[in-house]
Amino acid sequence: MPRIKEKIIETGLALAAVVTVLTTIGIIWVLFSQTIDFFSEVSIVDFLTDTQWTPLFADKHFGILPLVAGTFLTTTIAIIVALPIGLTIAVYLNEYAPKSFRKIVKPLLEILAAVPTVVYGFFALSVVTPFLQNIIPGMAGFNALSAGIVMGIMIIPLITSLSEDALFAVPKSLREASYGMGSTRLQTAFKVMVPAASSGIIVSVILGISRAVGETMIVAIAAGQQPRLTLNPLVPIETITTYIVQVSTGDVAHGSLEYRTIFAAGMALFVFTFILNNISYWVKKKFQEKYE
Amino acid sequence: MNSSKKNRLKDNAFKYFGIGCTTFGLAMLAIFIGNILIEGFARIDWDFITNFPSRNPDKAGILPALIGTLWIMGLTAIISIPLGISAAIYLEEYGKKSRLANVLEINISNLAGVPSIIYGLLGLEIFGRIMGMGGSLLAGASTLSLLILPIIIVSTREALKAVPKSIKEASFAMGASKWQTISYQLLPASFGGIITGIILALSRAVGETAPLIVIGALAYVPFVPSSPTDEFSVLPIQIFNWISRPQKGFAINAASAIIVLLMVTFVLNGIAMYLRNKWQKKVQW
Repeated sequence: MPRIKEKIIETGLALAAVVTVLTTIGIIWVLFSQTIDFFSEVSIVDFLTDTQWTPLFADKHFGILPLVAGTFLTTTIAIIVALPIGLTIAVYLNEYAPKSFRKIVKPLLEILAAVPTVVYGFFALSVVTPFLQNIIPGMAGFNALSAGIVMGIMIIPLITSLSEDALFAVPKSLREASYGMGSTRLQTAFKVMVPAASSGIIVSVILGISRAVGETMIVAIAAGQQPRLTLNPLVPIETITTYIVQVSTGDVAHGSLEYRTIFAAGMALFVFTFILNNISYWVKKKFQEKYE
Repeated sequence: MNSSKKNRLKDNAFKYFGIGCTTFGLAMLAIFIGNILIEGFARIDWDFITNFPSRNPDKAGILPALIGTLWIMGLTAIISIPLGISAAIYLEEYGKKSRLANVLEINISNLAGVPSIIYGLLGLEIFGRIMGMGGSLLAGASTLSLLILPIIIVSTREALKAVPKSIKEASFAMGASKWQTISYQLLPASFGGIITGIILALSRAVGETAPLIVIGALAYVPFVPSSPTDEFSVLPIQIFNWISRPQKGFAINAASAIIVLLMVTFVLNGIAMYLRNKWQKKVQW
């Protein structure tokens, strides 16, 4: 009898684990089935090459490029902000900062990471945009720049904590050897530690990009909701995620073409982040330095 | 010795640059919280907590959204905690090295990287339409449960991994079965780590906006939800709705609601940090 009980419990636990697989299957099935319906009405060539995205207007165009451009623009700005600052903080905390300082700063950065993104959106719209408008006259009230910068601030803790873990994992002997050769802390940091931790740092950047691509509320609030094929950070744009929110807050009938556009847009988003996540997984597996 | 001087100078320059960057991050946090407190603190009173949304910003309150958030938190906990812990136990204690476990592992790390709005699309079709839940609390909580499941699984596995092998072996040596070992030894010993991970995951769920908007949570709810099948709003959606309006009064309301939301997330995070520290100190193997 006890053996049967053990078996039942094991099966129950395995079923719970299988829920995660069902989730993946569910996501792929939902996106695929709706996207296929979508492409039965819209040509895939138009989807990939048309330069206008106007599914909600009378004159309908279904070119995903403006949304991709918007996503690309805000993501690029976010990484330009987050990478240097996040990496510098990681190097500083690991190589320079006294232990007591680390102990205070790390939980504070964790708080920064725990703030809901809708709050960052409020910050972008009510603090950063007015501030930037003072410096850059003529900047629109909704723009990619302010949303991108705030998204960068949001990603800093992610890049810092992952890079710091990678730096921390480098054996002490390497650092000490470098000091023994008479290097300064800066030389040790950037010529020994950072190269040794490079795979972990690359992973942190890729995950940062993936996070920025999928980020929704900051751009929905601060970047505007106007699909536009441009790389000008001062005008309103729309990202893939924002479009999905825009349609969801409006009244769109189930089964209509407009309804399906959010799944097609979701599919594009899913493909981007899936590729990024797999690159990071691959980098982690392939290039992780093994130290004895 | 000129180059050594130069190097030392560069070294010091980077030190101050590092301090500068760290200060920048922390200053942002300070400006952030400061600005929100200045804008929103004066507006918070009992009426703000107990009133319904309104077209008049001075009379509008957050009651339905606040209750909605509590409902979502509770339902999400009920759904995700047993699932997450069970899955983690299976992966850590039973399935190790099997092919299924390998697939599950890659799958979970992939799921953790899927943007939250995609979970919204999943919930909209599966829970909302096919299972007929519509934009109800149950549909929202189910969607968020799937979203935080990878987080709970990963943190629970870490906690189980941290229990020394000797405890497990001692239990087996006493003749305990596998499940007895897990339920009487491993789970109590890793309780602190597991609960910390769960609280952090729930705090993430409380702050989520996009997936709930997609499944059809409402921006304007003139009633307090009273059962899992009711339609609902949550604080982040109420905030988003107020931010999107042009009148200054609603921006102030948004700031006030943000204070309430941040209090909820910070309290959850504070509890998690406290438990983590307490547990780390108490358990010495």
